[in-house]
Amino acid sequence: MTTPRPSSADGIATAIAAHRQMPGALLPILHAIQDQLGHVPPEAVPLIATALNLSRAEVHGVIRFYHHFRQQPGGDHTVRICRAEACQARGADALIAHAKRALACDFHDTTADGTVTLEPVFCLGHCACGPALMVDEEPHVQVTPARFDALTQRLRSGK
Amino acid sequence: MTATVYVPRDSTALALGADAVARALAAEAERRGISLGIVRNGSRGLFWLEPLVEVATPSGRLAFGPVSVDDVPGLFEADFLRHGAHRLCLGPTEQIPYLQRQERLTFARVGRIDPLSLDDYLAHDGYRGLSQALDWSGARIVAEVTESGLRGRGGAAFPTGIKWQTVQNVRANRKYVVCNADEGDSGTFSDRMIMEGDPFMLIEGMTIAAIAVGATEGYVYVRSEYPHAYSTLQQAISLAEARGYLGDDILGSGRGFHLTARKAGGAYICGEETALLESLEGKRGIVRAKPPLPAVHGLFGQPTIVNNVVSLASVPLIVERGAAFYRDYGSGRSRGSLAFQLAGNVKYGGLVEKAFGLTLRELLYEYGGGTASGRPIRAVQVGGPLGAYLGEAQFDTPLDYEAFAAIGAMLGHGGIVVFDDSVDMARQARFAMEFCAIESCGKCTPCRIGSTRGVEVIDRIAEGTDRPAQTALLRDLCDVMLAGSLCAMGGMTPYPVLSALDRFPEDFGPRDPL
Repeated sequence: MTTPRPSSADGIATAIAAHRQMPGALLPILHAIQDQLGHVPPEAVPLIATALNLSRAEVHGVIRFYHHFRQQPGGDHTVRICRAEACQARGADALIAHAKRALACDFHDTTADGTVTLEPVFCLGHCACGPALMVDEEPHVQVTPARFDALTQRLRSGK
Repeated sequence: MTATVYVPRDSTALALGADAVARALAAEAERRGISLGIVRNGSRGLFWLEPLVEVATPSGRLAFGPVSVDDVPGLFEADFLRHGAHRLCLGPTEQIPYLQRQERLTFARVGRIDPLSLDDYLAHDGYRGLSQALDWSGARIVAEVTESGLRGRGGAAFPTGIKWQTVQNVRANRKYVVCNADEGDSGTFSDRMIMEGDPFMLIEGMTIAAIAVGATEGYVYVRSEYPHAYSTLQQAISLAEARGYLGDDILGSGRGFHLTARKAGGAYICGEETALLESLEGKRGIVRAKPPLPAVHGLFGQPTIVNNVVSLASVPLIVERGAAFYRDYGSGRSRGSLAFQLAGNVKYGGLVEKAFGLTLRELLYEYGGGTASGRPIRAVQVGGPLGAYLGEAQFDTPLDYEAFAAIGAMLGHGGIVVFDDSVDMARQARFAMEFCAIESCGKCTPCRIGSTRGVEVIDRIAEGTDRPAQTALLRDLCDVMLAGSLCAMGGMTPYPVLSALDRFPEDFGPRDPL
């Protein structure tokens, strides 16, 4: 087991303390941890379990159940490309194939330079203007391969 | 004199550059020494025109769109603030035919007001439903909602009033109102538009529901894919609390209602009401067996109303104007209006709120204008990823719940996804099974295993391996999933699969070698 970095341990403790009294506190705690640290580190599991009087298996099961949460650090940015039908009808499959080629990584993977983690998503609610994607929390629509390249170029140069 | 322009803050408008346009408008106005007020409204839902900039004039609002940053100097050059002619001018907003021909009941304010101005909400008839409800008994409120004929807009179309009646009848120390804002169906964005464009309407609807059944706590479960909607709603809740529209003593009535927005975790199944309740309780989103119904044994074991965003948002108007006003719209047993969402490969995509009863063809061509690609429409999926695929032969079906059920389809949440003739329907059928395999909660076997087997069988059909036997196997599998699944996820995934197979069999047949 790795020793948590102090900042990570603080982040976990703060998130637990701020939310543990809420009814159904587990998801709010996980969101708070991931918002701060970018992922939910393994060392958070026993701490959350103790605070909420759950087994570690229960906490682990919840983290793994929801696509939003990840247990390993991602890249500097997460690019979520919509795979759902409305975007398919406007060329999402071709965009996804292009994205994987251009970034040389698959879904749930991070580029070699650590800039971008690529994730699939099922619907961002921009269904009249696909293909849609979200860079962290910033929405983009009508994304052509050329616009995708310009966008990821910007992310990579901003590093 | 200060001129006022409106630039939407709806997230699709943002994705199309609305923030940059707002900044450019402010900078250009300053450069020219013009005093300009910019209101960030919701979207009118005419997405091919976004960013849609509107100018307030004494005779109503004038629309310009789609406006890009590069257009901004030219707009000022043409004196657009004083109705100067410009090629992007669309005339008075309310007279744009796409909007003018709609029946905007629930969406009347969306795109017109500043979503985070409670005063703007009040100035546009906001909170009139709640003040009426505070004068009524709970039974009267429930009766009004029942008589309006409102049915669950999330997709299941269960009568809202009956659900409320059940919760009202149960005696309990604590009851909940839960709003299902886990709008996961592809092709739908009406919930998002309400949360981003008129969040107080949702808050008001939930407050009326709480007063009607004696609930004191409420949650809105918002998808994590909707960060803007979540943030807007959270701010609106704080503003409503600060002005006494939420809290321990609502408008001095002595009645309390506390509302919290909760962020989901990106699991489609949590749009199913019992999985949603599990998730709110901090658990995996595993579907519960019914009965007991959530109305009796819901969140934390207490009686709970679980309603979709649009259902709850429809309530203030029903209470304010009366059941008959709402019920007079619609056809057959589908009363009121539905906010249809035109999506996918469609020329004029957006939100079309209409009374039930127009045909799918009218929506696709008279509003949608055909495909964006200019090719013929070949298939349309109505009602999200669990909805059936329809072809030309079904386009004259009236849009009401019963007419759609009669052709083995469903209206669902009103999402309509258009595909042109380049679509491969075997691929769409495969995707339906794959989606189910990815998103199944895993509790029941037909859904958990059946979906994976379904992908494999469709792959064998596509490869041409023993096609007649594999096709029979696929139908058999769909039958098991339809009849044996615990919820709509496994139980309705066969709809897109079988409708693709039945209506587009040529896509499942032998292919020309490449």
